[in-house]
Amino acid sequence: MKGLLFDIRHYAVHDGPGIRTTVFLKGCPLACSWCHNPESQLPATESMIINRRVGEVLHETSETVGYYSTPLEVVHEIEKSRLFFDESGGGGTFSGGEPMMQPEFMDEVLTLCKDRELHTAVDTCGYVSVETLRTIAAHTDLFLFDLKVMDLAKHIEYTGVSNHLILNNLELLVAMKKKIWLRMPVIPGVNDTPEEVAAFTELLSGLYPSVDRLFLLPYHAAAKSKYKRLGLETDKYTFSQPDTESLNTLKNTYGKIGFKVRIGG
Amino acid sequence: MNDRIKKLREASLNAECKISAERGLLVTEFYSQNNLMPEPIVIQRANCLKYILENKNIYIGEDELIVGERGPAPKATPTYPEINLHSMSDLDILNTRNKVWFIVDAETKEAYRDIIIPFWKGKTNRERIFASLSPEWKEAYAAGVFTEFQEQRAPGHTVLGDRMFRTGLLDIQVEIEAAIASLDFVNDPKAYERKAELEAMNIAAKAVMRYAERHADKLEILAKNCKEPQRKDELLAMAAVCRRVPAHAPETIHEALQHYWFIHLGVITELNPWDSYNPGRLDRSLYPIYKKQLEEGTITEEDAKELLQAFWVKFNNHPSPPKVGITAEESNTYTDFSLINVGGVNADGSDAVNDLSYIILDVIEEMRLLQPSSMVQLSKKNPDRFIHRALRIVKTGFGQPSIFNTDAIVQELMRQGKSVTDARNGGCSGCVETGAFGTEAYILSGYFNIPKMLELALNNGVDTLTGKQLGPQTGEAESFTTFQELFEAFKKQVNHFIDIKIKGNNIIHSIFAYHMPVPFLSLLTEDCIKNGRDYNAGGARYNSTYIQGVGLGSITDCLSALKYHVFDNGSIKLTDFIQVLKNNFEGAEEFRNELIYKTPKFGNDDSYADDLALDVFEVYYDAINGRPTSIGGAHRINLLPTTCHVYFGKMIGALPDGRKAKQPLSEGISPVQGADTKGPTAVIRSAAKLDHIRTGGTLLNQKFSPSFFDDEESIAKLGSLVRSYFRMDGHHIQFNVVSVETLLDAQKHPEKYRDLIVRVAGYSDYFNDLGEDLQNEIIHRTAHESA
Repeated sequence: MKGLLFDIRHYAVHDGPGIRTTVFLKGCPLACSWCHNPESQLPATESMIINRRVGEVLHETSETVGYYSTPLEVVHEIEKSRLFFDESGGGGTFSGGEPMMQPEFMDEVLTLCKDRELHTAVDTCGYVSVETLRTIAAHTDLFLFDLKVMDLAKHIEYTGVSNHLILNNLELLVAMKKKIWLRMPVIPGVNDTPEEVAAFTELLSGLYPSVDRLFLLPYHAAAKSKYKRLGLETDKYTFSQPDTESLNTLKNTYGKIGFKVRIGG
Repeated sequence: MNDRIKKLREASLNAECKISAERGLLVTEFYSQNNLMPEPIVIQRANCLKYILENKNIYIGEDELIVGERGPAPKATPTYPEINLHSMSDLDILNTRNKVWFIVDAETKEAYRDIIIPFWKGKTNRERIFASLSPEWKEAYAAGVFTEFQEQRAPGHTVLGDRMFRTGLLDIQVEIEAAIASLDFVNDPKAYERKAELEAMNIAAKAVMRYAERHADKLEILAKNCKEPQRKDELLAMAAVCRRVPAHAPETIHEALQHYWFIHLGVITELNPWDSYNPGRLDRSLYPIYKKQLEEGTITEEDAKELLQAFWVKFNNHPSPPKVGITAEESNTYTDFSLINVGGVNADGSDAVNDLSYIILDVIEEMRLLQPSSMVQLSKKNPDRFIHRALRIVKTGFGQPSIFNTDAIVQELMRQGKSVTDARNGGCSGCVETGAFGTEAYILSGYFNIPKMLELALNNGVDTLTGKQLGPQTGEAESFTTFQELFEAFKKQVNHFIDIKIKGNNIIHSIFAYHMPVPFLSLLTEDCIKNGRDYNAGGARYNSTYIQGVGLGSITDCLSALKYHVFDNGSIKLTDFIQVLKNNFEGAEEFRNELIYKTPKFGNDDSYADDLALDVFEVYYDAINGRPTSIGGAHRINLLPTTCHVYFGKMIGALPDGRKAKQPLSEGISPVQGADTKGPTAVIRSAAKLDHIRTGGTLLNQKFSPSFFDDEESIAKLGSLVRSYFRMDGHHIQFNVVSVETLLDAQKHPEKYRDLIVRVAGYSDYFNDLGEDLQNEIIHRTAHESA
């Protein structure tokens, strides 16, 4: 069995406790308008233009994004950083895309990790079947659970799917007493409106203290060129980057609930 | 920082570097006396030191607490004509060069023209050295194969041991007298030489004690005339300190710092040893005194801090003596490489971090001075608080402190045969050089251009820059049918030039042993008294001579490119590849793109490339390690560049890794600039594959954007990164924390960035004082890292 990946990065310091190796799986059930990893969405390999400068000369080549690896190959790559995990309390993080879109692969790779005493984290959008979630949760030490928008219509508009399943799955993980860190992109005009903040406040208050960590991920436009290089449309929406002041306001608001809030990954 | 320290610091920053003819004139006067002839050279040298210290100006600055200047005033830099005589044109260059300049006024020029040059021309040690070296040595030196530290400066590269913080020079004199009394003129054929050496040490000890007394005299006069009662008391207290040390063992922090400072001045006045001198394990050596004073209630933390800060300023007042020619290129900086060690372990192996360690870290952070350099020794026994505190200073982006692995240092020293106690009392000095403090002479002899050896192997020994047959004929390129054959040719070139270098080292060691003994440095270094033998003649308990390898990342990537494209994939013939290099990649942009982006590179935890680094390491190690020196020591290797990777780069044509002709090489054991694309853990894993324990120091530079330090969690993760590297026996790591914007603006507006310090390679320097090519390289690295 092989999984479809598009990258593995070591010294990932924003994807869970300690120093981590993050495995990026390709394919996502959502298509968030602000996605900064657009190459993560399609559950198949695709080609992307890569520009490289050598002196004055710009070289433009088309390269394939996505490759297949066995669970053991992936674990071996993660384990290269094992000493760094041991020193820092880190481990492997599975991100994407949505890792649980490849449930059998994930089940096997997580089982291998736990056999080898590696701490595991799964970064999820939450849009997966309850059955898959239960299977995966058995080998997962920490979920990095993404929350995007509370309003149902808006959620559908910007991500392409409803948030019902996502919110139910969050509740299920809490009920299973899984360790959860919440991650929330901050998209000005979309999820920082008074209505959204009020709805998030209600949700977070209900989760606290079972869940007490929140990461605010400010939108940035750095990925725009990636869309072009993938041959994708970019201008359906134009978002701005949130300013420091509004980020701090959100930090304080959610901090008051009791959450430890951090701006940035 | 209180007002006094602010003033002292500002005055030190504003003082201009100037050449002073004072020492040159005094040395000339001394040697012009006719009554020198019957004395052994070592006694002459001791009397010369005495003459300088008796006659030089005594400088005591306003508000100073620690006193003593090597020249007549701060940053007035003496010269050493007996070692290296500056010509009138050298003086002009020093006065007018854009970087690391020294003002040379009319009076100094006159003294040189009329007195110093006429006396010393034809009699200097530099001339003696060049007259003694073989034509092949000189050819290789001129071609950028290696450099030579001792051609303009004396050997030194050593550090004061802890023992000297508990010993006065009067105690040392007792030891010297006892050693003289026990000389055996019946059975020991060297007894006469030993007696001369010991008597010279006695003269030198007296000279430095007398020099301290002269400060006390002047302080008392100043006190007498001082109208301010508070300063008057201070001056009297300072005079009392100068009456006690360095004659007696220091009993207060003030005495201990002044004690060291007089010793420091003695060493750097006697000759101009490379790396000046170094108080070593300062927190550890001062702590017993500090603790006792705290218990007595005679000091507060604030007092200790102020004294340490005043001490810091003294180092900053002393730029490195001016270097010229190739030696200026390999190490062009005002830094004189006094590297203060904090942390590590005690003699019994226990955790040496104490309250003073944290106070010294505060001092480093507040002072933000180029000199002294500072480092932390991190042992597995040291607490996380210690490394976190150090990283919070690193975050402020002036390149200090660098971080060293105590547990590796101890293993390195023990592998070389030091006792476990001497190893634990050791540390690093200069850039990253391991030594047993107080007991070892570990002399750096020069850098060695490893990638140049491959260039010669590819061209049958011909230097492509000059067209001359420089190395042995190790085979035409078309004759290499396997990678192994090419590698053998590279190895032959390495061995050939290392032999030349070692022959030169042995000649130069003997010249210094015979003509330029250093009785004062000798009395400070253990076993010189017992052996009745000079530091420069192998009198120390341990004697090591290093040849510092440069360009490990570059040579690895070059070999990897050749192996990958020529021998494994067969995509290009070796002769065609060499032609591409001769054309400096002109018309071969696509191929250069392949070389840069699609070839295995060192620093990515890729064994294809990393295994070649290990092969190069073994060749270099086997060529050097353990080979005897003419003063009874052994040759050793370490891997560090100072700024030599830029100079060596200028001496090589285009290289197979895609580097164009004359561009800088990689530095230390860091990957080629921009070649590491898998992040810091991959760099560390690649670097840790080398056996650091068999070196006397390696240098790993990691550039980080400030975002990696943005909160306590990030700091803790960086701490873990360092601990991981050290668990793999990594020797040293340093972080450069700067943004590209800052650097670009600094290039445009140097005036606004007088205090911008960046980590260069093993040391920090003012960005403004770096050559433009080095500035560009640092910008390039930073841009790559934050992309």
